[in-house]
Amino acid sequence: MDIFIQQVINGLVLGSIYALVALGYTMVYGIMGLINFAHGEVVMIGAMVALTVISMLSDSGLPGIVIALIGLGAALPVCMGTGFAIERIAYRPLRRAPKLAPLITAIGVSIVLQNLAMLIWGRNYHAFPPILPTSEHEIFGATITGLQIAIIVIAALMMAGLILLVQRTKLGRAMRATAENPPIAQLMGVDINRVISLTFVIGSALAAVAGLMVSANYSIAHYYMGFILGLKAFTAAVLGGIGNIAGAMLGGILLGLIESLGAGYIGDLTGGFLGSHYQDVFAFFVLICVLVFRPSGLVGEKVAERA
Amino acid sequence: MIDFAALKRDRRAALAATAGLGVLLALAPFLIGAAAGATWLRILDFALLYIMLALGLNIVVGFAGLLDMGYIAFYGVGAYLYALLASPHFGLHWPVWAILPTGALVAGLFGVLLGAPTLRLRGDYLAIVTLGFGEIIRIFLNNLNAPINITNGPQGISGIDPIHFGSVSLAKPIDIFGFSLPSLHAYYYLFLLLALGIVFVTIRLENSRIGRAWVAIREDEIAAKACGINTRNIKLLAFAMGASFGGVAGGLFAGFQAFVSPESFSLMESVMVLCMVVLGGMGNIFGVILGGALLTILPEVFRHSAGPVQQAIFGKVLLDPEALRMLLFGLALIVVMLYRPAGLWPSTRRRQEFKGSAA
Repeated sequence: MDIFIQQVINGLVLGSIYALVALGYTMVYGIMGLINFAHGEVVMIGAMVALTVISMLSDSGLPGIVIALIGLGAALPVCMGTGFAIERIAYRPLRRAPKLAPLITAIGVSIVLQNLAMLIWGRNYHAFPPILPTSEHEIFGATITGLQIAIIVIAALMMAGLILLVQRTKLGRAMRATAENPPIAQLMGVDINRVISLTFVIGSALAAVAGLMVSANYSIAHYYMGFILGLKAFTAAVLGGIGNIAGAMLGGILLGLIESLGAGYIGDLTGGFLGSHYQDVFAFFVLICVLVFRPSGLVGEKVAERA
Repeated sequence: MIDFAALKRDRRAALAATAGLGVLLALAPFLIGAAAGATWLRILDFALLYIMLALGLNIVVGFAGLLDMGYIAFYGVGAYLYALLASPHFGLHWPVWAILPTGALVAGLFGVLLGAPTLRLRGDYLAIVTLGFGEIIRIFLNNLNAPINITNGPQGISGIDPIHFGSVSLAKPIDIFGFSLPSLHAYYYLFLLLALGIVFVTIRLENSRIGRAWVAIREDEIAAKACGINTRNIKLLAFAMGASFGGVAGGLFAGFQAFVSPESFSLMESVMVLCMVVLGGMGNIFGVILGGALLTILPEVFRHSAGPVQQAIFGKVLLDPEALRMLLFGLALIVVMLYRPAGLWPSTRRRQEFKGSAA
């Protein structure tokens, strides 16, 4: 039983990170109907910048939390700027173009960012300095670290903040209006260019936080980490119903749980035939099953077939 | 680019142009071999393989409008099938003429296997499911070395039989009437022949009932259904057709390389083939060929120039050439799409669409 609880805890931590990244995908998709393929790379850049700053300060004698916050403070503007630039350069000129054109520029941006990171930080894995206090707590016979608790709590707070932003503020209303129908929103006085830019900036800020979380949780960062993370987060967004903010959170948490439970139990389930390296197969298999029965995701609205 | 309308009017000019192109294609390996050496000849062979792949994907994405991001899986299926049926791994040594059709058939079945559960999905949902499917195939290839060793895991399968017809092996220089044809040239002609075959089939398909049905589904699935098109079967046919082309290309790849490993069938490869289709001009066969050739050759040009050019300018290699090459490649993708959003050589229909939507 304690193994089960342990896997649930790991799944929740992983899921919280997926959810934060998935929000970036889903917000952009909701507003522009575009898969922002480069979003995973923004997470990677957040992780790399934060890690670089934290490594430089790790001997300064400041408390670990303060160093982590400084690292985050450095990563946030860099990521937000990157997100803003991506939209300006690669997506805005193509807003009226055929649908696959921005997908290709997104792939291009992704390749550029990845290799830029490789030029700056090299090919090696970077270790996260042990600055954060490692306290372990017992829950139902499983252990959870202080860092893991912090990840879950911070992710929950940020998601709550995002929901408040979208539901309660004027910007949020403008975002929802733009998602509904950009030209009409524009006629109602919404500056859709500004709204779209801000959507990218907000999504990138979430990505920066997620990047710091990933590198702290796994104690490692690498120029290639954004790709697989982005893929998983995008899967999570689709699982929940892309374009839907609550769906991205649900999808993220679910995918995290499926992965860690799948990795833990897939061997028992298949009588030892499939080992834990099939955890990704498991995740994608669940995704395919969900989409076969609910083609618009778990909480996605049923989109009317066009007339 | 080329004034096709004039060529259509003037049969003699068309004949001359075709003959010229034929001579050029026939002489290409000798010209390139002499001018640039074996490395580039090899790249030329790979370009033909990628063109076959891009043409296969073009059926699914370009004609039928189904965004498939796991296409490389079928290439992998074809390649591994060849590897298993003609290598010391299982001790089987099937002849090529038996393997390639089997590869096409099995890959086609996989295409239906992927298509069937995804018939209801549209656009981006389809993209992510196909992507997941591609990853599942790759993970299985990577891990099916235990408990029973089928794919030999991450090490891949080596020592694959070269493509051979009877006692004539394409891996060694072939003697034709006292004239020796080097291996890379022989592969070039074989690939060219098959690529031309695929081009021919694709052109015939495009103008057939099936091809028009695909376009109808792409433009409006509900209207197509209302017009009496069996959308289910026609969509499955698109998946199967595209997949079987991928399977053939995969088999050729395995025979050519004499080695396969799961690494060659990563998501990035799917993305590359998709880029070839979209960047070249979705739905237009010549555009897709252009895209396939360009995206195979361009990264190689960058690879061979990234180091030496830095050496010449700065006196030393300042930036990692591998990273620089991909950086330039990414930039090229962005720039081309920004200036030609419908692709380098769009089909007439798409060009019109794009003009319509931009106005």
